[in-house]
Amino acid sequence: MYSEKVMEHFKNPRNVGEIENADGVGEVGNAACGDIMKLTIKVENNAIADVKFKTFGCGAAIATSSMVTELVKGKSLDEAEKISNATVAEALDGLPPVKMHCSNLAADALHAAIENYKKKK
Amino acid sequence: MKGIYMDHNATTPVHPEVMEAMLPFFSEHFGNPSSIHWAGREVKKGVETARETVASFLKCDPKEIVFTGGGSEGDNLAIKGICEAYKDKGNHIITTKVEHPAVLNTCEYMEKQGFQVTYLPVDMDGMINLDDLKNAITEKTILITVMFANNETGTIFPIAEIGKIAKERKILFHTDAVQAAGKLHLDVNALNIDLLSISAHKLYGPKGIGALYVRKGVKIKPLIHGGGQERNRRAGTENVTGIVGIGKACEIAMRDMDAESERLLRLRERLHKGLTQKIEHVKLNGHPTMRLNNTLNVSFEYVEGESLLLNLDMDGVAASSGSACSSGSLEPSHVLTAMGLPHEVAHGSVRFSLGRSNTEADIDKIIEIMPPVVARLRAMSPLYGKSLNPVERTAAVCHH
Ligand SMILES: Cc1ncc(COP(=O)(O)O)c(C=O)c1O
Ligand code: FES
Repeated sequence: MYSEKVMEHFKNPRNVGEIENADGVGEVGNAACGDIMKLTIKVENNAIADVKFKTFGCGAAIATSSMVTELVKGKSLDEAEKISNATVAEALDGLPPVKMHCSNLAADALHAAIENYKKKK
Repeated sequence: MKGIYMDHNATTPVHPEVMEAMLPFFSEHFGNPSSIHWAGREVKKGVETARETVASFLKCDPKEIVFTGGGSEGDNLAIKGICEAYKDKGNHIITTKVEHPAVLNTCEYMEKQGFQVTYLPVDMDGMINLDDLKNAITEKTILITVMFANNETGTIFPIAEIGKIAKERKILFHTDAVQAAGKLHLDVNALNIDLLSISAHKLYGPKGIGALYVRKGVKIKPLIHGGGQERNRRAGTENVTGIVGIGKACEIAMRDMDAESERLLRLRERLHKGLTQKIEHVKLNGHPTMRLNNTLNVSFEYVEGESLLLNLDMDGVAASSGSACSSGSLEPSHVLTAMGLPHEVAHGSVRFSLGRSNTEADIDKIIEIMPPVVARLRAMSPLYGKSLNPVERTAAVCHH
């Protein structure tokens, strides 16, 4: 049911963990299924220097979490803010229709982390 | 790699003896059992022999057996057929919150037809309270439908006591015995059951065939109208190969059940013990003692069930989960929710349901592969361990 790319990220998720003294933290709960993702970022020169995630969720949730960290690492905050759930799903060669909502988790955690960073500043 | 199948409550493979019994009825004995000529007669005999076997399996008269297209049809026929036939007497049904969708959704449908339904709650072990049942009965109650054993947790309900209450209050009693058949002794008279549904594919028979026991004297309106087959209770030329298959499956169950059930209990206890010894925060879902011998439903707290299943599948282990994420419905299992499990615990549930193919080596393999999988997922879980960066959680929005 999942694409090869989803399974690959699920098996070898990138950037798992939590950054100590992170500059921005986003923790979101999925309204549809209740799964949870926490994303921490390190910001340098207005760009995402480092990013890590922790996710309690299904295979798609873990794969999208992993993918979003790959997509944003090194990107400027402006570029990162433009990343949507559709971007993440596309980067994984798509998700099954019932699993589209899972990608909200990754995009929203990212946006929440950036917002948190901006508020702190 | 040989896979390990631990999902026998979902379905079972057809037993070789069952298949052997069915084969001649595909082309050698092909007649229509309603035909009076030789070709029909020999097939009719096969159907009636199967009916006798199923009847002795349930300890009833062969005339009380209606062959159906499976467990769901049996449940539908029982509930709709009784409501329709007895609607002059009342419009109230009592069931539980933890029934299979074949019963739950049928009851909800009956609500739309003007019936009232009481859904009895369950406690933390998934058990109903008989006082709740007694208190729910009104003058309008025409049917109690409570499953024999739950498919997700294996919890066995007090069927004998319910049967007694129903009989005293002169209310018809149906039980969905789809999970109990082949695992527990069934005796419709001793237990005061008026209707009971079973499905062949849960006891090493083929899919798409089941049987409904209807006590003599109980009126039932058919779902399917047509020819006079099944004593006018289920029209259509019989699923002969299926019927022969369910007969053989019941015969084998009667022969092997006691020994097999004991073997599975030993294996299941070994699995449960092994998992709880090697992994922290493992919680049993279901009744500690009143439970099917083959079923182990456990929650691995702080991790999500679909992720666990995907990992198990990569190691060749087939199991199932009550997690929302694996069902496509997004709702966590209605059974675990009714038992009051917190969301994260219900999401982390895995059901191992054992059967004939399982060996001690299978159990030991699972005990070996499970701990690193759980550890890996827990390391990834924001719910596990101490947070380095506490922050308030926000709700994700739906963008579509
Ligand atoms: C308790 C219970 N009732 C009914 C059914 C439905 O049976 P069938 O698949 O034969 O329609 C099942 C199996 O999924 C079950 O476990
Ligand atoms: S994130 Fe919950 S189902 Fe995928």
